[in-house]
Amino acid sequence: MSQMPPALSKCPSCEEPLESGDRFCGACGYDLSAVPAPPHDSPTMTMNGAVPRPTSAGGPVDWPVAPEVDSSDMPAPVHVPTDIQGTDSGGSELPAEVRFDGHPEPDEYALQAPDPRTADFATPSAGTKLCVACRAGQVDRDGYCENCGHAQPRERDHMEQELGAVAAVSDRGLRHHRNEDAFAVSSTALPDGSPAVVAVVCDGVSSATRPDEASLAASRAANEALLDSLPRGAHPQQAMHDAIIAASQAVNSLAGTTPPDEHAPHQNAPACTLVGAVVTPSLLIVGWVGDSRAYWVPVDRGSPAARLTEDDSWAAQMVAAGLMSEAEAYADERAHAITGWLGADAYELEPHTASFKPDRPGVVVVCTDGLWNYAEAAEEMAEVIPPDAAVRPLHSAQVLVGHALDGGGHDNVTVAVLPFPAPPQGAGSA
Amino acid sequence: MANFSKSNVPQFSVDVYQNEYLPEGGREVNAIVTVTSTGGGTIGSAVAAPHLYTPGQGPDAAVAIMVDCSGSMDYPPTKMRGARDATAAAIDALRDGVHFAVIGGTHVAKEVYPGDGRLAVADARTRDQAKQALRKLSAGGGTAIGTWLRLADRLLSSADVAIRHGIVLTDGRNEHESPEDLKAALDACAGRFTCDARGVGTDWEVKEVTGIASALLGTADIVADPAGLSADFTQMMETAMGKEVADVALRLWTPVGTAIKFVKQVAPTVEELTDRRTEAGPRAGDYPTGSWGDESRDYHVCVEVPSAGIGQEMLAARVSLVIPQPDGTAQTLGAQGLVRAVWTDDMTASTSINPQVAHYTGQAELAQVIQQGLDARKAGDVDGATAKLGRAVQLASISGNADTAKLLAKVVDVVDAPAGTVRLKAKVEEADEMTLETRSTKTVRVKK
Repeated sequence: MSQMPPALSKCPSCEEPLESGDRFCGACGYDLSAVPAPPHDSPTMTMNGAVPRPTSAGGPVDWPVAPEVDSSDMPAPVHVPTDIQGTDSGGSELPAEVRFDGHPEPDEYALQAPDPRTADFATPSAGTKLCVACRAGQVDRDGYCENCGHAQPRERDHMEQELGAVAAVSDRGLRHHRNEDAFAVSSTALPDGSPAVVAVVCDGVSSATRPDEASLAASRAANEALLDSLPRGAHPQQAMHDAIIAASQAVNSLAGTTPPDEHAPHQNAPACTLVGAVVTPSLLIVGWVGDSRAYWVPVDRGSPAARLTEDDSWAAQMVAAGLMSEAEAYADERAHAITGWLGADAYELEPHTASFKPDRPGVVVVCTDGLWNYAEAAEEMAEVIPPDAAVRPLHSAQVLVGHALDGGGHDNVTVAVLPFPAPPQGAGSA
Repeated sequence: MANFSKSNVPQFSVDVYQNEYLPEGGREVNAIVTVTSTGGGTIGSAVAAPHLYTPGQGPDAAVAIMVDCSGSMDYPPTKMRGARDATAAAIDALRDGVHFAVIGGTHVAKEVYPGDGRLAVADARTRDQAKQALRKLSAGGGTAIGTWLRLADRLLSSADVAIRHGIVLTDGRNEHESPEDLKAALDACAGRFTCDARGVGTDWEVKEVTGIASALLGTADIVADPAGLSADFTQMMETAMGKEVADVALRLWTPVGTAIKFVKQVAPTVEELTDRRTEAGPRAGDYPTGSWGDESRDYHVCVEVPSAGIGQEMLAARVSLVIPQPDGTAQTLGAQGLVRAVWTDDMTASTSINPQVAHYTGQAELAQVIQQGLDARKAGDVDGATAKLGRAVQLASISGNADTAKLLAKVVDVVDAPAGTVRLKAKVEEADEMTLETRSTKTVRVKK
């Protein structure tokens, strides 16, 4: 289901169009059975068709060539998932440091609230905060019901934010006891006065300590870095790259503050994934580490939707390396083990960024796997998101979170929706 | 919140060790609650050198020493001499200003010092007078410990003090009153003063002595050789002088729909508290812990909660420390801990057992199998005794309870400690068997 153009639609070495079934490039003789070398320029893809279309008809989207240099004439930083070290092209061993970011088995969800009739509290006075589970007890200072003991919803259990054109919703889901996702949305202006809209979404790694703090720190740091660099004229793609570095440092600094716990000495340092998007009137930039994703859904649903990111995950690496089919890779229990993350024990930080110039209006969906587990393919995402997403981003984000919850809500769900092109400031949906 | 006006009241802290993760359908929540009281610095020096206390500096306290004067104390005569010397040593360990009395116990209780239903106030002169009075102690008569305790209660309650403590020394069985009489006396005294109990020689009944200490929240031990009494009495008195706050209760609040399966003290000794609950308002109950100095104790709390869905979280119990007041209110001692339950589908999280819970579960079983093994041995059930004591050797070995392991080795020949293979010794000193039984509830803490 990867939306990367089929690696063999053209020769990875000389760009010569290939026929399906070719084992060697007809022009240069490149061995196509070898691990496809990453295109040396970039994974940057566009959807505007302004650049001559590749002759391949296989891709659902037209991917033009990326600029070689950024606005400051520096080589545009570009990363692809296959840059990641540690995946043996022989396919035998994975990097030792693979973490499992849970993909729980589906099973019944049953909330069993105590019977309110068994409560022996007098009717509380109006305005008192009542337990959401038994509706009888009051809530104590620790956030538990004084009658049935149930934990009360915490601030991060469900968060919504709408800021002009961009909106984000995050939810604890139905199976996890706390929300370890975080997001940040903001808007700013480029030096020429044109608007830029930012969304950052992070997913805390559950197998590490304090994943909720990691995701919050990363989303804030990346957002602040973008708000700082974009108005100063940094190329948005470079700005995204730097923002990921800043987010990584913010998460790393958490590791030093871990309170020593003599009873759990072997805990991992706080860690999280990150995916961010910057939308300007002409450009769409995405950046990511881990398995949180960004999707492109055009307003005109006649045109194809696309996934804009490539997971740092075991399954994605297996597919990219040509070692397994997608079906095989994603059926494996290791499929969702992530191979890239922000955190002090990440073996090497590989921020991926990509730049697009869409030729038509649409929306960018920036989300954690809590959503895309229920709408994996871009076409599925396009089906779920309401047609008026570009003008009602908050509503759309709510609908997408609802879709994940309806599907079982096995993980925390976080979605940000950004319309493209970025509308002039103050012109967002009210 | 109430607070003490006195500066020497210790600070309490509560730490909870548990695996809060339950699998789907999981209902049992186990937690080890560590309660630590830290004094204002007076206690450390008090234990080392009690006479450095100046009057009024330590908490007001009253102590009654109950010495067995039954006829058997003269066989051998070293017993009576040892008891006299030990009582003198304990009197020497009294802090100035502490109220005290010495009771001679037979089938009736007699005031040895100061007499007339009063308590003396410790100073150089009264300590000397008390030691003179000890010379009058002579053996003759029976044993009715309940009468001693009731007299001690009367004397101790005549003083308006914070700490009330007794010390019982006996050498024989409580033959001159019915077990019901002793039980009634213990019920009457429980919560009014704390009491340590010591058996000297080997002609006393372990369950009687440990029963007194358990009911009155004190310690029990054997002093097989009368020569060892003085050191033991001095140490007991110094511990009593170190107590800073009395009648502390462990208060457990549990939500509706839950049931407390058990509450036990598990360190320094195993002490079942489940049935000693006093209701304290809606869904809360108090468990007595007695008086506290500078010390730390561990409690094992097991709560059954209603099952809830994956992702749910609830408070299974709230643990706090209070001093219940006669009017039904309670003075809270600040510290509290939360025992939580979180349902998860992460099998790794829900199947792991907290190391503290595992350790104390083993220690509680150790105390139980020693008792069962010794009972079986007395009943002539060699196979049963071998199996139980073998398990005890295994548990003591795994948990590093070296003291208990040493005592076990005097009762059984250990063939393979990790496997729990033992043989009963053909000949066991009575003192060794009684020591093992008396000290079977002593636990060790988790190795850090």
